[in-house]
Amino acid sequence: MPGAGHIGLVVSTFLASAVEFVEALTIVLAMGLTRGWRSALWGVGLAVAALAAITAVAGYALVQWFPKTSLQLVVGVLLLIFGLQWLQKAILRSAGLKSLHDEDQVFAEEQSAARTAAPGERYGLDWYAFVVSFKGVFLEGLEVIFIAITFGLSAGSIPLAAAAAAGAAAVVLAAGVAAHRPLAKVPENTLKFSVGLLLATYGTFWVVEGLGVFAPDGKSLEWPGGGWALPVLLVLWMATSWATVRVLRRVATRTVAVS
Amino acid sequence: MRYVGAFGRFWYDFVVGDDWRIAAGVALLVVVAAAAVAAGASATPVAVAVAVGTALLAAAGTIRSGIRLTRSAAAPASRDPR
Repeated sequence: MPGAGHIGLVVSTFLASAVEFVEALTIVLAMGLTRGWRSALWGVGLAVAALAAITAVAGYALVQWFPKTSLQLVVGVLLLIFGLQWLQKAILRSAGLKSLHDEDQVFAEEQSAARTAAPGERYGLDWYAFVVSFKGVFLEGLEVIFIAITFGLSAGSIPLAAAAAAGAAAVVLAAGVAAHRPLAKVPENTLKFSVGLLLATYGTFWVVEGLGVFAPDGKSLEWPGGGWALPVLLVLWMATSWATVRVLRRVATRTVAVS
Repeated sequence: MRYVGAFGRFWYDFVVGDDWRIAAGVALLVVVAAAAVAAGASATPVAVAVAVGTALLAAAGTIRSGIRLTRSAAAPASRDPR
């Protein structure tokens, strides 16, 4: 299926990055508006520099050290674990069993913590605003980088994955600057559901291909139908998720009725 | 030593996350599938088994988590003497 890998790569990386950047933006906005922009932006800058260094080193190391089949297996396993984590949370939220991620609430909590935190200066920076902004961007960005590197390596185009992530960053940043408040109206659970489905789909695909490392010839296993297995896997994950949401909604209704 | 522990904890949290059962389930499935491939199983049955097996494991795990959440949410109300 020509191009399927690249389309999936761009869509998954863009959506996953957008979700993570929205969460990072909330933290940085809270710090900037409460404690000042200078220290918050230093935190953002240092985090972006650290993430760029990790991307360069990890991308090079993975390409140099891992044979293709082993890389497919490692990438597949990690994407599958991430995908199932995202899907589980999205399903529980869709079934009404877990509260939705509320950017306005997170923003209020971060601002409240920033107001009560003791003032402290190091290297001429408000250390609290610097550290919280750095950690927020670094931790959210690390997942983006991981997804971009793994998708990029497997689809054979790290620059395309990096461009998709950078595009998401630009869109979120522009929206944040325009709104000057957290992007609470972004349908985060729908985005997370979509990303979970894509990660689980590609994860399953690459796990099976990578299992060829255990075959006598050590070559990647071939899916029946080759790349056309991808849309079939996507439908399988969508059907499984839809059925799970329905079962959980029924369980929740019954439990409420009994109690 | 403290930094090594913190480094290890960070990566554990990053990869394994809140629910270790997800990572354990995927690892178990991969080990079983790898054994089948090493024993000479052909690609198609392995691919179908991995896809269906992962989907079923994921659904069962999510339903179990959902039931646990529902029960813990309902428990205080049912124990409330008022």
